[in-house]
Amino acid sequence: MSTLEIRGLKVTVDTEQGVKEILKGVDLTIKSGETHAIMGPNGSGKSTLAYSIAGHPKYTIAGGTVTLDGADVLEMSVDERAKAGLFLAMQYPVEVPGVSVSNFLRTAATALRGEAPKLREWVGEVKSAMEGLKMDPSFAQRNVNEGFSGGEKKRHEIMQLELLKPKFAILDETDSGLDVDALRIVSEGVVRAKEANNLGVLLITHYTRILRYIQPDFVHVFAAGKVVEQGGPELAEKLEANGYAEYVGA
Amino acid sequence: MTTLQSNLLENHTPTGREEAWRFTPLKRLAGLHDGSAKPEARNSLTLNGTAQSGVSFTRGAVTAASASEDAIVNRIRNYTSDGAILAIDKNVVVDAPIFLNRSCGGVDTAELSRVQIRLGEHSKATVILENTGDTHLAEDLEIILAPGSDLTFISLQEWGSKAVYAATHNAIIDRDATFKAIHVTVGGDVVRLLPKVEFVGPGASADLQGVYFATAGQFFEHRMHVDHAVPRAKSNVNYKGALAGDKAHTVWIGDVYIRAAAEGTDTYELNRNLLLTDGARADSVPNLEIETGEIVGAGHASTTGRFDDEQLFYLMSRGIQEADARRLVVRGFFNEVIALIGNEEIQERLMTRIDDELEKAGK
Ligand SMILES: Nc1ncnc2c1ncn2[C@@H]1O[C@H](COP(=O)(O)OP(=O)(O)OP(=O)(O)O)[C@@H](O)[C@H]1O
Ligand SMILES: [Mg+2]
Repeated sequence: MSTLEIRGLKVTVDTEQGVKEILKGVDLTIKSGETHAIMGPNGSGKSTLAYSIAGHPKYTIAGGTVTLDGADVLEMSVDERAKAGLFLAMQYPVEVPGVSVSNFLRTAATALRGEAPKLREWVGEVKSAMEGLKMDPSFAQRNVNEGFSGGEKKRHEIMQLELLKPKFAILDETDSGLDVDALRIVSEGVVRAKEANNLGVLLITHYTRILRYIQPDFVHVFAAGKVVEQGGPELAEKLEANGYAEYVGA
Repeated sequence: MTTLQSNLLENHTPTGREEAWRFTPLKRLAGLHDGSAKPEARNSLTLNGTAQSGVSFTRGAVTAASASEDAIVNRIRNYTSDGAILAIDKNVVVDAPIFLNRSCGGVDTAELSRVQIRLGEHSKATVILENTGDTHLAEDLEIILAPGSDLTFISLQEWGSKAVYAATHNAIIDRDATFKAIHVTVGGDVVRLLPKVEFVGPGASADLQGVYFATAGQFFEHRMHVDHAVPRAKSNVNYKGALAGDKAHTVWIGDVYIRAAAEGTDTYELNRNLLLTDGARADSVPNLEIETGEIVGAGHASTTGRFDDEQLFYLMSRGIQEADARRLVVRGFFNEVIALIGNEEIQERLMTRIDDELEKAGK
């Protein structure tokens, strides 16, 4: 049983107009096996929260703490955070020209497991992960995310989630841009990862549809850089019906 | 007179003020340009293995196939320390690559070398020139493609850290011939390499691919000159360079000249540079001069950028540590061209050299 704990997290970015505070004191605790959905208007800081936990250099921590089983995540380098068990499925996965998916996955697995996976078993693992997400085997030879469609990039993110077996995954709008079938396929991948590794999930989304496949234990409303309300799955239905009017500018 | 012509007109000792010499550190050229280098016959170019039938490698005098107004080429032609001709007879198709090797060198004297690679009509071959060790070498290399012939020419500059290499690789390409060149420069103190293309018959094509990686103090210059003098020839230039370390300096010049007679020309040139650290300098100058509007296409692009932190972040967020992530990105950057070599052993050797250079340069 692991715990990811975010306390009073404040984050700024450097803009041309000066330093801008985006996260204004975020509190959130996630335990293994739990699924937390975060919903909130555009620009409220959801991706900022995701990137800050993963350690993107663009964001400056201005206050607060993030700990994983008591260990200070904010002190860790980006790769150390992944080694500690954190995974971020990005809203906009990055293209890496000239680096094949197969080379990338094997390098990542070697780094995370501390030794190169045995070739035969590894080939099988990758094959079944790709099959699970209905990705054509030819993707293994393509360059990382290069020329992938939006939906293919998202499948590739969840394929990595299944292969790399983190303790906690932050899914930043993994459902955006997916067709109905892809949404189901990708969601099933997340559910498999949850069942296989007792994964804790922080799921950022704008739509309740994905929550039918990946049932949240908690729903958090995010507005203007902080969590403004928490509830159970019924809160998502209410947001879908009423929008965020009562949380913004009020 | 046009600028591109004036780039060639320099029948004298360069001073550094000429367009064609303005980037080159003349003081570090070991006297190859001004005649002060002490020539020595070394015959350092050798053919690996034995030539198959229809292929010959002979040493001796070389008769120029092209005019030159380049100062170094003229010095070589006035005093040639050694010459060699690799010839492939007409209609001969050589399946396995032909390896030429240049290794025995020395930096007390200089080698002024003339080389010709001749392809007979409708012949086909791949020639791989492997350059290693420390040397002072001026090289006038002509490549003569008879009608319908097909040559892939790979020149690997894996020189030692003291090497000074000034070379012209001039391809004279006749009707319907196909020329592919891959130049890889990953070693040497000073490298000044002039890949040139002269189309002398219509319907031919030239594809010039290249990569270079300069680390602290190294100077690598690659200066193309593609002369479209006849109709319907196609040329493509794609060079990628990376730089790391203080005073690493690269120069890429792409001169493409489309003469009035060259109707139906199709040409594109691209140079991309990746600056891995501060203190390095990449000069990149595409030049396109067009004397006829009756062409299929003519374009160029040049970019010089810093390391992409988003790529680094993406890889690191999957547990890959920074040094490995940088290595992956740099390998990826070069892979597009290196993979064209089509020889796993050489590709891996070059990538390992690039890894080593990157590691030496730190970050
Ligand atoms: N460099 C920057 N300059 C100015 N503002 C910035 C900069 N970087 C981020 N921001 C702002 O930070 C805010 C939060 O952005 P973030 O991407 O976290 O929002 P989000 O909640 O993920 O939105 P969405 O639902 O659209 O994905 C936005 O208003 C954005 O414009
Ligand atoms: Mg976002």
